[in-house]
Amino acid sequence: MALSNETIQNKLLEKFGDQVLNFSTASGILSFESSKEINLKVLQYLYEEPSLAFTFLTDLCGVNYPDNLGAELVVVYHLHNFSENIRLRYSVSTSINETAVFTASKLFESANWMERETYDFFGINFIGHPNLKRILNVDEMDYFPLRKEYPLEDQTRIDKDDEMFGRG
Amino acid sequence: MEHQTHITLPKGSIEKTTTTLNIGPTHPATHGVFQNIMEVDGERVVSTEQTVGYIHRAFEKLAERRPLYQITPITDRLNYCSSPINNMGWHITCERFLKLDLPKRVDYLRVIIMELARISDHLICNSIVGVDTGAYTGFLYVMQYRELIYEIYEEVCGSRLTTNIGRIGGFERNFTNTAFTKLEKFLNEYPKVLKEFENLFARNRIFMERTKGTGGISAERALNYGFTGPNLRAAGVDYDVRVQQPYSSYQDFDFKVPVGTTGDNYDRFLVRNAEMYESISIIKQAYQKIQEFKGTDAEVYHADVPEYYLPKKEDVYTKMEALIWHFKIIMGEINLPKGQIYSAVEGGNGELGFYLVSDGGRTPFRLHFRRPCFIYYQAFEELIKGGMLSDAVVTMSSLNLIAGELDA
Repeated sequence: MALSNETIQNKLLEKFGDQVLNFSTASGILSFESSKEINLKVLQYLYEEPSLAFTFLTDLCGVNYPDNLGAELVVVYHLHNFSENIRLRYSVSTSINETAVFTASKLFESANWMERETYDFFGINFIGHPNLKRILNVDEMDYFPLRKEYPLEDQTRIDKDDEMFGRG
Repeated sequence: MEHQTHITLPKGSIEKTTTTLNIGPTHPATHGVFQNIMEVDGERVVSTEQTVGYIHRAFEKLAERRPLYQITPITDRLNYCSSPINNMGWHITCERFLKLDLPKRVDYLRVIIMELARISDHLICNSIVGVDTGAYTGFLYVMQYRELIYEIYEEVCGSRLTTNIGRIGGFERNFTNTAFTKLEKFLNEYPKVLKEFENLFARNRIFMERTKGTGGISAERALNYGFTGPNLRAAGVDYDVRVQQPYSSYQDFDFKVPVGTTGDNYDRFLVRNAEMYESISIIKQAYQKIQEFKGTDAEVYHADVPEYYLPKKEDVYTKMEALIWHFKIIMGEINLPKGQIYSAVEGGNGELGFYLVSDGGRTPFRLHFRRPCFIYYQAFEELIKGGMLSDAVVTMSSLNLIAGELDA
């Protein structure tokens, strides 16, 4: 039986009740959210339940929504079931002041570096990660550059004396 | 007088039986900016720690202030061995997000360019594996066919390495006759050269002994490590984005997905080699399909989407309306719809994904690139542990690591 988005949604609702919420389908991919406390339970259920079998972690990344107070940072998981060929997007959000989220690296080896990257750029503290340190940026960096509070330089600024680049 | 030593060894270090060896960040044996701090026991690798990020250029941050067209040149610089796939992957993401329909001829033209890019990518990787095992000849010999591929790019978009090819909705211009002539020349001559290249390596005893059984990984571990592309297929999993989630009308083509069994360096070589033959066959099919278009259909090279497709350059210079649209499109005066999308293409070395989040503004709110080699490079330690140092070098090149993509 082919696995459909509705089946996945019903299975999740059956297992987790109202702890999983905000189901929506965009471009054919079902996405849903849950609180960050149960992220490992959800991922493990999706992995181990034979009829779901989301055993491939395609992508893990962070997003910063500065206006969502109390849920500024979001961790997005893209999962893939190869045999049914269906993708799934799952996200958990966390406050920017308390950024602890459980690591998925025990379940997926591939999450190791992707979580390091997410930590590096968003400062999400993955609890239980074997080696949580910066990966692309220098170790000395003391901020998390992809957060929205660090804007890129204003392209129209005129106060900069920079003759080499035509702004003198 | 008391005896002086110049070097103060840390306490207990004299008992250390392994040597710490630093390879990279720039080293002739690592084709790109890779650093590995290895612990070696004689010639055996005990452990290694990969350091990445030496050419990190903050693409994801930059993309947050760039309208769609200004992001295309960024994607060139991910996997620069096959930049047309990145460009088109990005344009396909935009088209899916904006829900644009493309004419079949555009899809087929794209397939030709993408498969040429795949050939040039695999060609570099396989010939570099040859170089690292001591055979320089193959590498030099196939370069002239990569050159021919680059000449085709040049004929289509004007540039060679960082191509910035195509537009949202199609191509910037129709393929010229010269482009098709060069393509025919390539299709006529290249299979023979590829056969010669294959003969040089595939049953070569030295090459087989260097690559068989080194850098292997099981299918299960490869999946857990997030392998995609030829590296995953070499381990025996027939996952190919072109087949599983076709884009650009790949469902219209008949091709095989080659798989290996052991996931070692030799299997990776063979899978890439077989994929090049499949790519040639796809290009032939696409070229044939293109020749079947008659009349005005045979002139179509872009979709009719004036809001996203740049107007002709001649019109931009002479007509007010075209100039306005050119400006609006380049500067991103047209707001994107709200929403998010994940769209993937089969890149040269795996599943290249784009995760686009839009809040309805002129630029993406967040753009994340799923770079295949960033994800599978973390398995490097497991692949080379317990093996010889010289095999680690071959493993690294046969993984097809591209620093530009790894560090984004």
